[in-house]
Amino acid sequence: MTLLSVPWLELAVALPLFGAIVIGRIRDPIISSNWSMAFTATTFALCLAAWAAFSIDPTAVPVSGLTLLIGRPVLMLDQLNAPLVPGIALLHFLTGLGTARTKMARFSISRLLLGAAIRIATFACVEPIDLCVLLMLGIIPPYLDLRARKKPTGVYLFHMGLFVVLLIGGLVASGTLAATLMMGAVLVRSGTVPLHVWIRDLFENASLGTSLLTVAPIVGMYAALRLVLPAASPDWVLQGIGMASLVTAIYAAGMAVVQNDSRRFLAYLVISHAGLVMVGMELHTVISLTGALSLWASVVISLMGVGLTLRSLEARFDRLPLTEFRGLYSASPVHAIIFLLTGLATVGFPGTSGFLAIELLIDGALSANPLVGVAVVIATALNGVAVVRAYFVLFTGTRHVSGVPLGITIRERVAVYILSAFILIGGFFPQILIDNRYHAAEHVLAQRNASDANHTE
Amino acid sequence: MIDLTLLASICGTVAIISPYVLVAFLGLPSLVGHPLTERATNRVSRLLITLGLVAVLAVLGLMLATGDRHVVVTFGERVSIHPHESHSLEHYHFTVEFEFDRLSVPLVLLSFTLCGIISAFATRYMHREPGYNRFFVLFSIFLAGMVTASLANTIETLFAGWELVGLSSALLVAFFVERASPARNGLWVWIVYRVSDAALLLAAVTLHHMTGEGDFDLMLGTEPWPYGRTALSEWQALVIGLLLLMAAAGKSALVPFSGWLPRAMEGPTPSSAIFYGALSVHLGAFLLLRISPLIAASMWLAIAIVILGLLTAAYAYLIGTVQTDIKSALSFASLTQVGIIVAEIGLGHWVPFLWYVALVHLLGNALLRTLQFVRAPSLLRDYHELENALGERLPRPPGPVAIAPLALRSWLYRFALERGYLDAWLRDYLVRPVVTVFRWFDRLEQRWVAFLNRRH
Repeated sequence: MTLLSVPWLELAVALPLFGAIVIGRIRDPIISSNWSMAFTATTFALCLAAWAAFSIDPTAVPVSGLTLLIGRPVLMLDQLNAPLVPGIALLHFLTGLGTARTKMARFSISRLLLGAAIRIATFACVEPIDLCVLLMLGIIPPYLDLRARKKPTGVYLFHMGLFVVLLIGGLVASGTLAATLMMGAVLVRSGTVPLHVWIRDLFENASLGTSLLTVAPIVGMYAALRLVLPAASPDWVLQGIGMASLVTAIYAAGMAVVQNDSRRFLAYLVISHAGLVMVGMELHTVISLTGALSLWASVVISLMGVGLTLRSLEARFDRLPLTEFRGLYSASPVHAIIFLLTGLATVGFPGTSGFLAIELLIDGALSANPLVGVAVVIATALNGVAVVRAYFVLFTGTRHVSGVPLGITIRERVAVYILSAFILIGGFFPQILIDNRYHAAEHVLAQRNASDANHTE
Repeated sequence: MIDLTLLASICGTVAIISPYVLVAFLGLPSLVGHPLTERATNRVSRLLITLGLVAVLAVLGLMLATGDRHVVVTFGERVSIHPHESHSLEHYHFTVEFEFDRLSVPLVLLSFTLCGIISAFATRYMHREPGYNRFFVLFSIFLAGMVTASLANTIETLFAGWELVGLSSALLVAFFVERASPARNGLWVWIVYRVSDAALLLAAVTLHHMTGEGDFDLMLGTEPWPYGRTALSEWQALVIGLLLLMAAAGKSALVPFSGWLPRAMEGPTPSSAIFYGALSVHLGAFLLLRISPLIAASMWLAIAIVILGLLTAAYAYLIGTVQTDIKSALSFASLTQVGIIVAEIGLGHWVPFLWYVALVHLLGNALLRTLQFVRAPSLLRDYHELENALGERLPRPPGPVAIAPLALRSWLYRFALERGYLDAWLRDYLVRPVVTVFRWFDRLEQRWVAFLNRRH
């Protein structure tokens, strides 16, 4: 057995599942947190190994128990998902790492690991049926979180029920109807207006860590790329996704500006960026798709940075309304700096990984329709205003006085520094990200062209 | 034999990199929670600003020695996309490129000189301020932005510098973090800058779309400034020019964006001096000078620029005469001159020599205002001492409002005191409707969420 034949992906999914079972039996939150670090770090290493194996020989077929069981490969990497899978594993590791001690008792490590297994499997999945099953399984961890916190689940169940119905309908139906139903499912999952309120509700009621990991990776984009784009869908389906996403991007950016609660602000920031990323779908040219894929990678990291910073602040100051200036700068300047850096990275500030991604996206959008380009610029401008407004409200104002040190801890620091490093490296050496995503865009479009050709025959 | 062109490129690279090294030296220790001491901050700032200044002087000397008026420093193609399909015409490339020419060298020299002076001034002025390190980090970001924007040879590079200047300005307006008022004003400045940035970004992307690349060569020609000839048609020049004019209006506080200028005075005096008296407020005018080939190509663009410049000059003169604090009065005096500079740039369509006049006017105004700003606190003290010694107020000549006809006087006073109602107009007719609509949607969503959650 060579390194290339090791089923890294299966191991990366199995390990957190095993970890979820083991940790479920540990009562001490600090011990379970330490164990979760070991599990998520090893999972991340396994995903990296899978990526490395794919880079060495993309055609290598590992010896997989799952393949033997089902009769075909279930988890596999290609140009699109090869870097995404380790990325998702890293986000889970950093979320666990950035969990403050005060929150360890309330944040379920078992659910973190369960979610990690499902999400890694989702992003490592290529076949539509498998992907649909995993997308439906992905609904469970946030639901369990809401139930555990005794929060209302009506909004979540309504939207996820709709998502499941549309997804199954899309699988069962054929032709244009299937494409339309799939489009509907993708729009619900990515939080497109007016079916976006479940994201706002989730951020308000679930734990911030669970909400972030459920929504920030923008699973809807992955579903769109796997289920809608290559399926020879008519152009109007892609245009429909693009236009709905464009409206969402502007609407959610405007909503983010007027929010009086930091969690809702974050929710709308995520929704708006999900919309911006999905706009690239409409254009399906290699440049716009490269822009969309690059922006996707960039905003996931940046949004996680903003989210983890807010989560870290909440661990100290409880929920943070944006109704008055809170003066937190003096309590923890590092939080302020990281919040601003990651927040500005989401809007493509120069020197951050999103700068050229936004440029590419707008360039592609202008080629297709100048108004789309203008709309994208408006959305990014509004998001920029929302981020700086939140920064000013949280960190300026009468100094917050506390008898205990409230500065950032080493674990939290490492988590946000890793994300910041990605943001800055992506900003100063953009070719690495853009090249990688360009090949992914070509791969996706080649699949679509092949599908179109089959359809025509 | 030494290759002087290569030497100029090396010196140019040093000039461009030195502010970024300064940002890294000051910013990274802050990021890890261990900011440099005051002494170390001063030393690093002094060293790197001097290094940058010397490097630019060396480039200037080499340009004069070789007769080359167009030194290009390129950091290569950072991103290049050429689809493999032969039938596809799509391509994209992003180059980080800088140019030293007759226009950029004076401005970058001015930037290094004034930032060096203000840095030295601020070491004493800001001594033991709680945000000493933060001030210098933002100051270094501002310098990096100014150098980048001044020397940019592609519109994307210009945009990057432009954004850095905007962010550092807004954060320095809100420098005194323990008060809410500077934060509110900082946010207002940021909003105006975002409008300006959006216009510049649209111009950048429109240019990219029209020409396939963002290099200035196509837009402004390869000839040294101001003799460039654009490859764009008159209408293309007008569209891109108007977008750039909007960007310039936001950055230089031209009408109708002038309201942010007095708000920006909330920041510490050294930053007010360098940003709103000297450099930042002239960046819009510099951009218009840079796009002079577009102005030459489009008469309508030139007319729009002249009108905007004259309107701003008249507005700022009138408002400036009723200001009761010295920093606001100086900022409006500076804006009056900026308006005239902008009008001169527009008139350059008919008399190209005026572009040189505008450049000299810009440099002179920046230097004079910096001096006035840093002298302002001690000047007030001198005035008070003088008036105390005399036992009476010093005579003040009446302004234009005082000598206006009686029927007009009170209206003019109100108009000037309310700063032309520009802020109120923007707030009431632009910001408030947007906020009201989104708050209404927010309430609607709350009701919908409550309805769906009621049964669970």
